[in-house]
Amino acid sequence: MTRTTSDTTATGPFVPPTRFAVPGRIAVSNRAAALWQTATLTEVRRETPHASTFRFAVPGWAGHLPGQHLMLRLTADDGYTAQRHYSIASPPDDAGHIELTLDHVEGGEVSGWFHTLAKPGDEVEVRGPLSGFFAWPGDRPALLIGAGSGVVPLMSMVRHHRARGLTVPLRLLVSARGPEDLIYAREYGAETTPVFTRRAPEGVPVGRLAASQVAPLLAAEQPPGGWEAYVCGSNAFAEHASRLLVAAGQPVDRIRIERFG
Amino acid sequence: MNVTRGFTGRPRVQNAGLPPGQYDAGDDWPVLSAEVTPDLTPADWSFRIDGLVAEPHTWDWAEAHALPTSAYEGDIHCVTSWSKFGVRFGGVSLDAFLDTVRPDASATHAVAYSHTGYTTNLPLADLTGGRAWIAWEYEGRPLPAEHGGPARLLVPHLYFWKSAKWIAGLRLLDHDEPGFWEQNGYHARGNPWEEQRYSGD
Ligand SMILES: Cc1cc2nc3c(=O)[nH]c(=O)nc-3n(C[C@H](O)[C@H](O)[C@H](O)COP(=O)(O)OP(=O)(O)OC[C@H]3O[C@@H](n4cnc5c(N)ncnc54)[C@H](O)[C@@H]3O)c2cc1C
Repeated sequence: MTRTTSDTTATGPFVPPTRFAVPGRIAVSNRAAALWQTATLTEVRRETPHASTFRFAVPGWAGHLPGQHLMLRLTADDGYTAQRHYSIASPPDDAGHIELTLDHVEGGEVSGWFHTLAKPGDEVEVRGPLSGFFAWPGDRPALLIGAGSGVVPLMSMVRHHRARGLTVPLRLLVSARGPEDLIYAREYGAETTPVFTRRAPEGVPVGRLAASQVAPLLAAEQPPGGWEAYVCGSNAFAEHASRLLVAAGQPVDRIRIERFG
Repeated sequence: MNVTRGFTGRPRVQNAGLPPGQYDAGDDWPVLSAEVTPDLTPADWSFRIDGLVAEPHTWDWAEAHALPTSAYEGDIHCVTSWSKFGVRFGGVSLDAFLDTVRPDASATHAVAYSHTGYTTNLPLADLTGGRAWIAWEYEGRPLPAEHGGPARLLVPHLYFWKSAKWIAGLRLLDHDEPGFWEQNGYHARGNPWEEQRYSGD
């Protein structure tokens, strides 16, 4: 085998042979990502029996785009720390404040503290915003699919869309076990279709997200230029939803997935 | 130190194998890829090394499997804070592949890329000396697709985003070039023992 030109040129940026599946939407500020800041809890709002929204004042917050997340750290008095990632629920225009929505995970170290001990005035530490690839600057038509607390970063997009009066198409499919488990239930409008997997109100079907709910959005309801799809939730849900999107014709390089692990 | 009121955390574990800020995920193996899990069969899979090498080479599944097998038994560490102890991967040491292509003396770094287009950068020194593998087995079974099967890169001494799933190739370079997460603010090297999570750490 002989060397090809591309083999010998080690200058110029490397371009993988496959089209990059999910190029970052925005550049991330490395300075903001590196710095731990104090976040003071100002308000707790219950969303469902298992999820609450926590509002923080973060005076030095660098700002974020809908869809980004942060790293949150709790410190015990012997110096032990626990850190976890959380998506930002609030829209960017909420100056100096951010909101997170946390599920109460059974036996969870960090979510357990929030759901049993946290009260306004408490201080935690955050660094971020992190990760540009799941960000939505509000430019392209957005098809959002989430389940459980996976709706959190998508809600930041919905709120941003509303707050700015954007006209670019945006649709949200949100899956929950039943109406009482639907986070942000009171806030949804015509852009949202809830999907109930266990219990539903009279006349609403029960079952997991199906091709029949996804396919029309990629056919008759497809906006010019197509959708940028954002999928968020557990790995099992992300696998299911992304397969439905691919089967309905959505290009894989226009599907962004945030898995909560 | 900013102590969080009332936070005690889990009972402290004295585990010398746990890097700072990490916790033991036990039997869980979270999946965190940012793209759709590809439908890639062993017949579709190939692995290429090119760039600053004497002989660029592409292996298919059978040719890669003809190389001497090598196993990794030990721990893995994800930047999202979980670690997993005592896992066993089977495959081939990356040294066996590199011996075939013979890296130039000028090669200092590599970009690893996936069949999905995912990329990650590594110093070449982290890929040699029996510290990196192309792995296709996990606990004696074929590596599941969502964990990078049919084959992934395995560099267990660095955070796991460096261990590119669905590995398609390595390009050897004379400089460092940030990959997907590295362009999104993550650290260029990602050594869990120095907690190199984000650029600037
Ligand atoms: C990018 C990203 C964004 C996210 N956004 C959100 C969000 O917006 N909202 C949200 O609610 N979550 C979100 N998550 C998940 C979040 O990061 C945490 O994983 C979640 O809150 C659980 O953390 P915890 O400390 O409460 O639970 P953990 O203590 O981590 O426990 C999780 C589970 O593992 C078990 N476990 C783990 N370690 C041990 C141990 N040593 N001993 C016994 N049991 C153990 C627990 O019992 C529990 O069932 C996100 C994750 C990612 C990666």
